[in-house]
Amino acid sequence: METQCIDIVNTLAACLVAGGADPNLANFLSILMGVVLVATLPLVTVILLIWVERKVAARIQDRIGPNRVGPYGLLQPVADALKMLTKEDITPAGADRFIYNLAPIIAFAMIILMWAVIPFSPVHVGADLSIGILYFIALGSIGTVKVMVGGWSSNNKYALLGAFRTIALLLSYEVPLILALLVPVLMTGTMSLQDITFAQGGMWFIVTAPLAALIFLIANQAETGRAPFDLIEAESELIAGYNIEYSGFKFGMFMAGEFLHVFTVAVLFSVLFLGGWWGPGVEQAPALGFIYLGAKTALVYLALLWVRNTLPRFRVDQVMALNWKVMVPGAIAVLLAQALALRVIDALGLTPVRGGFVESLPQTVILLGVNLVLVFLFLNQVRRQGRRQRAADLAVVGETRPVVSVPAGD
Amino acid sequence: MLEINGQTIAFFVFSVFILGGALGVVTSHNLIHSALYLILSLFGVAGFFVLLSAPFLAAVQVLVYIGAIAILIIFSVMLTRSMTALRQVRNQQWWLALPVVVLLFALLAVGVILPVWGAEGLIGSEPVSDIVATTADLGVALVDGNQYVLPFEVASVLLTAAMIGAIVVARDDE
Amino acid sequence: MIPLWMFLLVAAALFCIGAYGVLSRRNAIAILMGVELMLNAVNINLVAFWRYLTPLNMSGQAFAAFVFVVAAAEAAIGLAIIIAVYRNRRSVVVEDVNLLKW
Repeated sequence: METQCIDIVNTLAACLVAGGADPNLANFLSILMGVVLVATLPLVTVILLIWVERKVAARIQDRIGPNRVGPYGLLQPVADALKMLTKEDITPAGADRFIYNLAPIIAFAMIILMWAVIPFSPVHVGADLSIGILYFIALGSIGTVKVMVGGWSSNNKYALLGAFRTIALLLSYEVPLILALLVPVLMTGTMSLQDITFAQGGMWFIVTAPLAALIFLIANQAETGRAPFDLIEAESELIAGYNIEYSGFKFGMFMAGEFLHVFTVAVLFSVLFLGGWWGPGVEQAPALGFIYLGAKTALVYLALLWVRNTLPRFRVDQVMALNWKVMVPGAIAVLLAQALALRVIDALGLTPVRGGFVESLPQTVILLGVNLVLVFLFLNQVRRQGRRQRAADLAVVGETRPVVSVPAGD
Repeated sequence: MLEINGQTIAFFVFSVFILGGALGVVTSHNLIHSALYLILSLFGVAGFFVLLSAPFLAAVQVLVYIGAIAILIIFSVMLTRSMTALRQVRNQQWWLALPVVVLLFALLAVGVILPVWGAEGLIGSEPVSDIVATTADLGVALVDGNQYVLPFEVASVLLTAAMIGAIVVARDDE
Repeated sequence: MIPLWMFLLVAAALFCIGAYGVLSRRNAIAILMGVELMLNAVNINLVAFWRYLTPLNMSGQAFAAFVFVVAAAEAAIGLAIIIAVYRNRRSVVVEDVNLLKW
């Protein structure tokens, strides 16, 4: 604990003690500063995300998007926030006030809590928990509580039905998510996110475990309730699912929470599979880690937005069939195959000890080969499942009929 | 007696969560509120596990109890429509249950806990050592042939049986 | 560091409150919530003893993990039975499930 006061940023506690403060208080203040910084980063990001979301969606749909408020519409989130703040705060009659107000708070708090374990650079991490991945999964499962509480406390039958469907979806897709998250844990032997990032110095995990990355992305797309899994919200059909009765700032918190959840998923994907803060020159200048992580996250986030704005929506039975017949067997298969391949590599003596690029090449090639075989089988299974489903649907509908029938004698 | 540091404050805050939540569970008139108090209590228990250097169990507590069992309880409260404004919370024997329970607590506290582990200097006022086995050791213990691999396998069979049994029992006979 | 008896006292109090919930509530689901409280009290006991007396031997945490498993299985089956009973008798009050009573 005898650190010198070098500069106010990195050794805040030591500087406060040198300035005559009580050591316990100085420690507490320095931890508090860290917490405030880590919590402010997602809050600032969500402001930008609202703009990015609407602009990208507009461009993919061949329109311009917000361009009136500020240059290129950059002040649109401010306008949105002002609008939501000045709306009337309605609570439906007969709703349970305390838990009605609690649901959006849980929604938003859960996402910000996820940012505590993300490693931004070799030395900057909020809290390097030894169970980092399990912490992320546990927070994801608290998300189902907010859905239940929000749907129930609205005192609305349709909100309740929407909440039931949402929870069925969320709980089902947690299974392949957890199994896919076990693959990086398998490869590094630790659940700490900082250690997993350090272990990707040789080769990023997206090259050595691409199928696990794919399953992780698909399961998270379902967990965040984005298209093609957005039967939760189904804006054009069900009105709004479990948050029908929410309006104004509470609805804004649900929406901001959803955008931030997608961004957090993108950050986690970058950390777990794309090498996190690794990049040229990051060991000498740790602050570069922020930039590398930000660039990778932006790429993944744009890809997720692209998927969201392109694909049509699944039906609820198709979603369940996809999960239990394709994703869970696929995730179990990838876990078993990866474990077996790592054992074989270990027996052959090809495990990279120091983790350079060239040294991890043999392991990379073997794991990539195993994964490509599995991807081929996985896509085959998806195609067969789709064909079976289409045949079942056609058997119900009958022969395809022309849409417009020509009336006789006209 | 106890120095006021972060751990002590955390202990008291989590104790309030646990005991306050438990009292809310057993006395609330609204069954949904009972379920939410249960979630508060389980969250306090997770905090206790963190204080006791068992982070894996804390995360599993949140994941299994709050994320699955509490949701299951809320679901079944909603499917059996007698939840709000229960006509009568207590049954006919509550006047007997209350003193029995208080007596049990007094017996446990005075007869068992305080004599053996209570007085200063006896075993338990300080942890034996600050070197704690890690999550990796728990993983090894669960699959090691000399340790807990048999209960582990039996537990998986139990879960499979419970899953199949629950589906069969709760299924609509169509 | 907190002395062990404080953890044990909280666990005993939680157990007794759970026992009161089981013994005095009419609704079957409320009784199940009391059982969950008792299982949590047992878990606190196990982990507290593990931490204070044998922190290097993982038996305490392994036992607590098995208690998690049993609690989850029991909650699932119990709620399935309650739903089945509700479907037949239209009531989840345990006093109404009395077909086998003398």
